[in-house]
Amino acid sequence: MFSTDLALAVPELILAGAALLLLVVGAFAPRATTPLGVAAMLALAAAAVAAVVGPTGVAFKGGLIADAATAYTQVAIYIASAVAIPLGQSWFARKGVVNFEFPILILLAALGMGMMVGSGDLISLYVGVELQSLALYVLAAMHRDDAKASEAGLKYFVLGALSSGLLLYGASLIYGFAGSTRFADIAAVVHHGANTGVLFGLIFLICGLAFKVSAAPFHMWTPDVYEGAPTPVVAFFAGAPKLAAMVLFARALYVSFPGAVDQWRQILVIIALASIFVGAFAGLAQSNLKRLWAYSSIANVGYAVLGLAAGNAEGLQAMLVFMVLYMVDVTGFFACLTALTRQGKAMETIEDMAGLFKQQPGIALAMTAFALSALGLPPFSGFFAKFYVFKAAIGVQDPLIQTAAVLGLVGSVVAAFYYLRLIKVMWFDAAVGATDKPPVEARTVAIAAALFTFPVVIVALNFLDVQAFAAAAAFGLK
Amino acid sequence: MTGILSLTTFAPLLGVAAILLLRFVGKPDDAKTVEAAKWIAFVATLATLALSVLLVAQYDRANPGFQFVEDIPWFAGLHYRMGVDGISILFVLLTAFLMPICIAASWKSIETRVLEYMIAFLILETLVIGVFCALDIILFYAFFEFGLVPMFLIIGIWGGKRRVYAAFKFFLYTLLGSVLMLAAILAMIGIAHTSSIPELMTYKFAPWLQTWLWLAFFASFAVKMPMWPVHTWLPDAHVEAPTAGSVILAGILLKMGGYGFLRFSLPMFPQASEYFTPLVFALSVIAVVYTSLVAFRQTDIKKLIAYSSVAHMGFVTMGIFSGNDVGVQGAIFQMLSHGVISGALFLCVGVVYDRMHTREIAFYGGIVNRMPWYAATFMLFTMGNVGLPGTSGFVGEILTMTGTYQVSTWTALVAATGVILSAVYALSLYRRVVFGQLTNPALAEITDLELREVAIFVPLIASTLYLGVQPGVVFDLTQSSVDSLVAAYHAAIGA
Repeated sequence: MFSTDLALAVPELILAGAALLLLVVGAFAPRATTPLGVAAMLALAAAAVAAVVGPTGVAFKGGLIADAATAYTQVAIYIASAVAIPLGQSWFARKGVVNFEFPILILLAALGMGMMVGSGDLISLYVGVELQSLALYVLAAMHRDDAKASEAGLKYFVLGALSSGLLLYGASLIYGFAGSTRFADIAAVVHHGANTGVLFGLIFLICGLAFKVSAAPFHMWTPDVYEGAPTPVVAFFAGAPKLAAMVLFARALYVSFPGAVDQWRQILVIIALASIFVGAFAGLAQSNLKRLWAYSSIANVGYAVLGLAAGNAEGLQAMLVFMVLYMVDVTGFFACLTALTRQGKAMETIEDMAGLFKQQPGIALAMTAFALSALGLPPFSGFFAKFYVFKAAIGVQDPLIQTAAVLGLVGSVVAAFYYLRLIKVMWFDAAVGATDKPPVEARTVAIAAALFTFPVVIVALNFLDVQAFAAAAAFGLK
Repeated sequence: MTGILSLTTFAPLLGVAAILLLRFVGKPDDAKTVEAAKWIAFVATLATLALSVLLVAQYDRANPGFQFVEDIPWFAGLHYRMGVDGISILFVLLTAFLMPICIAASWKSIETRVLEYMIAFLILETLVIGVFCALDIILFYAFFEFGLVPMFLIIGIWGGKRRVYAAFKFFLYTLLGSVLMLAAILAMIGIAHTSSIPELMTYKFAPWLQTWLWLAFFASFAVKMPMWPVHTWLPDAHVEAPTAGSVILAGILLKMGGYGFLRFSLPMFPQASEYFTPLVFALSVIAVVYTSLVAFRQTDIKKLIAYSSVAHMGFVTMGIFSGNDVGVQGAIFQMLSHGVISGALFLCVGVVYDRMHTREIAFYGGIVNRMPWYAATFMLFTMGNVGLPGTSGFVGEILTMTGTYQVSTWTALVAATGVILSAVYALSLYRRVVFGQLTNPALAEITDLELREVAIFVPLIASTLYLGVQPGVVFDLTQSSVDSLVAAYHAAIGA
């Protein structure tokens, strides 16, 4: 029934409608950035509500899945997108760049991500990924006068296009050998392990998705793009798109290839370990905080992939909790960087942070919380995120992934060095000069995210645990 | 009396809240604010001490199990679960006892960022007490691990010249040990389907698995203890830390390792503990003999005491893994006594360091002529460190050796040389610093102990002597819990 199909797609329809409508409004009133931003945030809120209260089921002949997992991720993504709007708009306003497209592009990216997490078909998977990616390419290059931002946008685009190519090639191989693009149909074909053709396609698919989540060895674009792109935009695309891509990853692997778990687990374990160690060791040499956090995000994606590699409901739940907690962390951290300027110049290197605790105790404390959380130190959210992932990974009766989990924990000690260095610079060193007064919205986002990291998370986990469990259960795994 | 444990644990945080309030109301660097913050911290630690004394008074000595248990379900099968038995209650008391002394000892020596300093100490107190009270393994890990942060800041902000190096070394060393323990903890939760420490203590893990789990826990506790050869972070951390930081480090943080062995390794992995006993004995004996010799060659007073701590901890590990009543009792007593005596020794160093700003042994000499009271105090704690009968140091050493003797004659025999070696380095330190002629002109004007310092040392002197002549008060408290621990251990290994 077409009408029931539409009912399942209400969150996506709200976003699509709002984006198109705001585009028309913006064309006639390009200066009305604030009302446009507020309207976009309202649309996101409406979509989030629709995702929670809406019916569950499968629409468009398997192309769109609306279940607990979709709802869980969509709510997280839409909230993150809504937060990105004021953060970015006021940043662009301070830079003197007036563009009404910013909230609309965020809406389109959110729509793409919403489609990604609900896709049940290789075609809708690709459409979702492309819609999201194209919006993000533009966002990365939005600060047009800045050569670095343009470079970042171009790099992101070229490498993103390459990964889309890999993704499509893999999809076509899978279609050719399995005879269908629907995940459910593919699952039936690869019930007892994938044959060489399908496996070949699967590997390409994994490579393409690894690009999107910036897992090693497909991580090269991340530091450059993070460094060049406007900081509030990085705050957005370091979090939500990764969550969306990870859930898409989970759908593709868990729904279409549960029979081939022993085959793809090896690949994922290697990717996870490579990411953790690349992120840990390469981060040691960074002095720019945006690049540093890019490597940190590579390592963290490695942890999430490790959870995914568990191949069971526990691993899936672990990944879902991990990504949401990580998203708050990374958004908060880049909000801190957005908030900090010294005589109008962005503070982006570690040395810039010297003595920050004296200058901006609130933001310094927030950054300390994010650093300790990324380090995985209890009682911060990052510890609980890692708790889930490693518990799932160690619980799998497979020496490969158990060993990988222990190695991954050791890798986190290496990464501890650069997080500690940031803390050391902020707390131990003498201040190099006064900082400007931080803008309200960036400061609010930073402090709120830090409070979530601890202590709110202690309570929030009671809720997240249940929701993520339900989301993982929706995949129908054991 | 439910809730008293949480109250004791989190009481210092009330002090933190008060200081933060003060910071936002008043001017942070104002002399009055700083003075008020010191008093708040002092009162908060005293209140915690009062609560922990109340705890001991209410404690039922005949019951070997966990008491004052609190249990609130949390997410993913975890619980907020607290409780103390005869072993952990002692460490709670020790922590609460040393903390006001630390605050008082920092009264004048800390001049920069006093508010933050007090906050760091109060948070540290909460975390340390939490470690000893936690009955959920993840809760334990959270307290255990986050304790690194305040100590990292204490060393890194208020430390000496090479403080950054020492702080990083301390943090990374300990973290590496802890993540291996975390892996083991997660594996245990996965297998036993519970994170409750009492339940895990009775869960029977397969012997091959015990080996791995034991090694992972050992990695963490051996670093914390610290045992030879992973002790090298300790001298650096001690030398760079401010006086009160050293007191806490030697007095309490090292005890977490011994506590961990007693709480986890022995009851949860008895077969593995028995299997690895020769290894622990070997490492303990090396620690006793080798680090004593190293201590003898030090030129820095603090470093010497730091190495002597490693040697004394060798007796503790030896006693714990003897696996019998006498050895374990002795180990617990040795930890308690070392907590008081080494803390006092670091305070003694702090007294002269505050006046002269150097810890070089060669700088001093003959200060008995100017500081007779100080010399007497220092003498008492030096004797305690050597293990002179009548001081608490004697009881722990003799019991751990007696206990070990029943299991391994050779280990006890070699360890006994440590008693002589400790006399060699401790007495020669004392002679070089205190006795002789006052030759260094810089020392001519050095002043004896002031009232505040006397007040700091009095409780330490009293407890050293009291525990030395009346060790029974401690054994009363620990007896039933140690009995049941040892009985369970012997039942498990079939001996």
